[in-house]
Amino acid sequence: MKQNRLGTETRWRRFGDSYFVYRLRRDRLAQLCLALFVLMMASILAAPWIAPSNPYDLAQIDLLDSELPPFWLAGSEPGFPLGTDAQGRDLLSTILYGARVSIAIGLGAVMLQAILGTALGLLAGYRGGVIDTLLMRLADIQLSFSTLMMAIIIGAVVKTAFGGAFYGDYGVVILILVIGLSEWPQYARTVRAKVLVEKHKDYVDAARVLGYSGRRIMLRHILPNTLTPILVISTVQIANAIMAEAALSFLGLGMPETQPSLGSLIKSGFDYLQSGSWWITLLPGLFLVVFVLVVNLLGDWLRDTLNPRLPEGPL
Amino acid sequence: MTQPETLQTLGRAADTPEPLVSVRRLRKRFALHPERLLPWRFDRRQRGWRRERIHAVNGVDLDIQRGDALCVVGESGCGKSTLARLIMGLVTPSDGEVHYDGWRIDHLNARQWQPFRRRMQMIFQNPYASLNPRLTVRQALEEPVRIHHPDWSRDRVEAKVEALMDDVGIDNGWGDRFAHEFSGGQRQRIAIARALSVDPEFVVADEPVSALDVSVQAQVLNLMMDAQASHRLTYLFITHDLAVVEHFATRVAVMYLGTICELADADTLFARPRHPYTRALLAASPRLDDAFPGQLRLSGELSMPLQAPSGCVFRDRCPHANRRCREAAPTPITLDRGHQVACHAVEEGRI
Amino acid sequence: MRANPMALLEVEHLDVRFPLRRGEIRAVRDLSFSLQRGERLGIVGESGAGKSVLAFSLLKLLSRPGRIVAGTVRFEGRELTSLSERQFRRLRGNRLAMIFQDPLTTLNPVLTIGQQMIESLKAHRRLSTRRARIVAIDKLRQVQVSSPERRLEQYPHQLSGGLCQRVVIAIALLLEPDIIIADEPTTALDVTIQAEIITLLKRLCDEHDVGLIVISHDLGVIGQLTQRTLVMYAGRIVEQGPTREIINDAQHPYTQGLINALPQMTLPRQRLHQIPGSMPTLSEVPSGCAFHPRCAYRITPEGLPRRDCIENVPEPVRSGECQVACHWVAELIARGPAEERAT
Repeated sequence: MKQNRLGTETRWRRFGDSYFVYRLRRDRLAQLCLALFVLMMASILAAPWIAPSNPYDLAQIDLLDSELPPFWLAGSEPGFPLGTDAQGRDLLSTILYGARVSIAIGLGAVMLQAILGTALGLLAGYRGGVIDTLLMRLADIQLSFSTLMMAIIIGAVVKTAFGGAFYGDYGVVILILVIGLSEWPQYARTVRAKVLVEKHKDYVDAARVLGYSGRRIMLRHILPNTLTPILVISTVQIANAIMAEAALSFLGLGMPETQPSLGSLIKSGFDYLQSGSWWITLLPGLFLVVFVLVVNLLGDWLRDTLNPRLPEGPL
Repeated sequence: MTQPETLQTLGRAADTPEPLVSVRRLRKRFALHPERLLPWRFDRRQRGWRRERIHAVNGVDLDIQRGDALCVVGESGCGKSTLARLIMGLVTPSDGEVHYDGWRIDHLNARQWQPFRRRMQMIFQNPYASLNPRLTVRQALEEPVRIHHPDWSRDRVEAKVEALMDDVGIDNGWGDRFAHEFSGGQRQRIAIARALSVDPEFVVADEPVSALDVSVQAQVLNLMMDAQASHRLTYLFITHDLAVVEHFATRVAVMYLGTICELADADTLFARPRHPYTRALLAASPRLDDAFPGQLRLSGELSMPLQAPSGCVFRDRCPHANRRCREAAPTPITLDRGHQVACHAVEEGRI
Repeated sequence: MRANPMALLEVEHLDVRFPLRRGEIRAVRDLSFSLQRGERLGIVGESGAGKSVLAFSLLKLLSRPGRIVAGTVRFEGRELTSLSERQFRRLRGNRLAMIFQDPLTTLNPVLTIGQQMIESLKAHRRLSTRRARIVAIDKLRQVQVSSPERRLEQYPHQLSGGLCQRVVIAIALLLEPDIIIADEPTTALDVTIQAEIITLLKRLCDEHDVGLIVISHDLGVIGQLTQRTLVMYAGRIVEQGPTREIINDAQHPYTQGLINALPQMTLPRQRLHQIPGSMPTLSEVPSGCAFHPRCAYRITPEGLPRRDCIENVPEPVRSGECQVACHWVAELIARGPAEERAT
């Protein structure tokens, strides 16, 4: 018991002493990004409790409130701090709820990419030979199409095959699948490159000499040593996935307007941009841009921190 | 200072003819540029397409008796590490055979190798790369024990690991630390403990002390000799350091460009070296007691063996080379007491 | 201290530190030595003794955040530590040259040998390319490179390791420096090549009257190449004196341990003498004599701990031709020659 407490204490102190915390203390931009990230994530997660209204609840929506401007403009109303959209939904609430959808899709898609890409990359790198060639050529082929194009094709096929209603019901799942399946080569390539480096280190030979099975060497010895790059590209990929979702929604292949994500929100406001209600598009757009920027900056910072040998700034 | 205790040379069964490891006509060729799509290149001089390959090991015959500490010594690029990897099955031979205790073990698949993994182990040169950075010492030592003894209870595995750590002088309290928290010498101790964890009878050590400082090197060599006595080990020890060889070996094989030039008991080899290369090597190695580096000097340097060489591999640097040396490769001749030399000049009595 | 007006290089109380997040690394502490013209000096120590940092700080090549905190480095009586980077650049390569451990990484892989030699010459001397070429060929000949004209057109990767190291030495000699600092010059080479490079370096220093500082962990190399040796441990000199004296009759317990640990000092198949423990990291050097936790003499023959060893840093004392920084040796000397070497 006592020993246990001691163990966690030293673990905490180790964390406090770590390079990670040291870098964070010295980097103002990283601190700002982390603070913004935590603030945005917290308000998104706490949306049901802090949002002024529930945009999914039709009873709370009054069409007469439509296109109200945000609070700093004339004609605003106190119940709607950031104004309302064309259907009379409170924009702040809609953004928070929409961001929930966006981030859920982003995380889900990245998890799918990571699992698929890591497994295939590990296999290709460790086994080599024909498997490697086959998988990597497949990745090359897929990468030679733009991911968005892949997603549009898959999305359009699903939409025509199962109909718009089905698409509306299972929008989240379909988007996760679409974005996840179109971006796995990023992971596969990174993991494979790292595996090729690790494979030639003596500890892998030592494991072979000790008679460990190939699967054991891959999963227990090589995989943990590839986690750092996986973590680093994951941050970038989350931002990418959220952007992809927004783009797909904007093109009409994303979430339905009844259950808007940030992308479909931006799209729904687009028609009113010319008529003066710019906030319906710009405010969710701004939220998206800031969020993606923060995640990207944090990802860059994380990469520099975890690979101190990398030169700072762009290569 | 502690009393230096004598290690008796372990009961070497010189009279039993059956060697523990025996290597026959072993060859290994590597592609020079494996990334190229076409392995052939046009050779202007010979006006033909030629495969570019390195002949790393070129027809090696070697027997290792039980209880021996056979040192393979040679300069970088002579193929000594490849030989070690071939014997351990980390590299598949292009040609030739490896026998272990009567069983042929080259070309086995992973499953067939399994019973031999418990009997043969390996220690690597770089203790910074041979330990998985993500495992603690205890995890690294428990894993092989668990895999090779799936029926053992948890307590028994733990007791075994503690005994191993005691054996190599790593404090039991350090078991939860990661490899990077140890110094080079301590890491090499952990690597030795890992090799000993499956209770092998044969250990291949590939330059195990080359990356270590002198004072730590002494600790590790002592540890390896202690382990040999207590675990009744047979060693194949790869090194470039003749001082270490003289100290550690019971038998020595001198390698040059993928072939063994001279093979003899350690005292014979250091007292009466016969092959010109062995002599040059001995003359060149720095000794504390003379201020002048080797009198017998070699010209030129080890070149990459791109073609299977005709004649003696050492002919270009050998002061005694004649026409026969350029045309025919010497076959090893046995002098007294298992002293083998592959040299025309020795055979003809010229040197 | 030993004010020697003739010394080519004189280092006094040099102190080099690397500040860290917590604490600092004291790589070189209060270190003094001198080098005469034409002398070959060895600095021997295990990894982490601070010997490479010493070499780099002499040439002002310390990587950040390392810096010289105190002490002086005088070259022909001229203070070097206070020179600006620009002034120093004129000295470096010109009067002070360095040879690194790995010849292949020292040479630029995308330039031919000739380009590198001629460029280095023209940077310091007003020479035409044709003249520079002749000088380069001459230097290559001096280091016994065969067909130097052809080598000038070759790239480093086309040469073998030994040949590369000869080229590196030729480049170091190009501007006829007064001091060459060689950091582990033979460690990356095979023994047969090592012997050639040692002979070459010895001959060149004698012919050109160049002061040579050789840094190595290998007592064999130091023994063959140098006349005088400094033994470093944890950033300090523990013993210095003529190389023969140090190898045959070491006084400091660490030097003794280092020499006795060599495999050739014991009979084959016997246990080697070993120094217990391992080198301290330079950020956590023990108090007093840095070697005391590993030293057998921290306990007096009567079985009492020698408090001096734990509390005070030993001052170097004269013992024969050597200077030894050890409380135990100081005691022996104070007790008189009769009892000396009783152990």
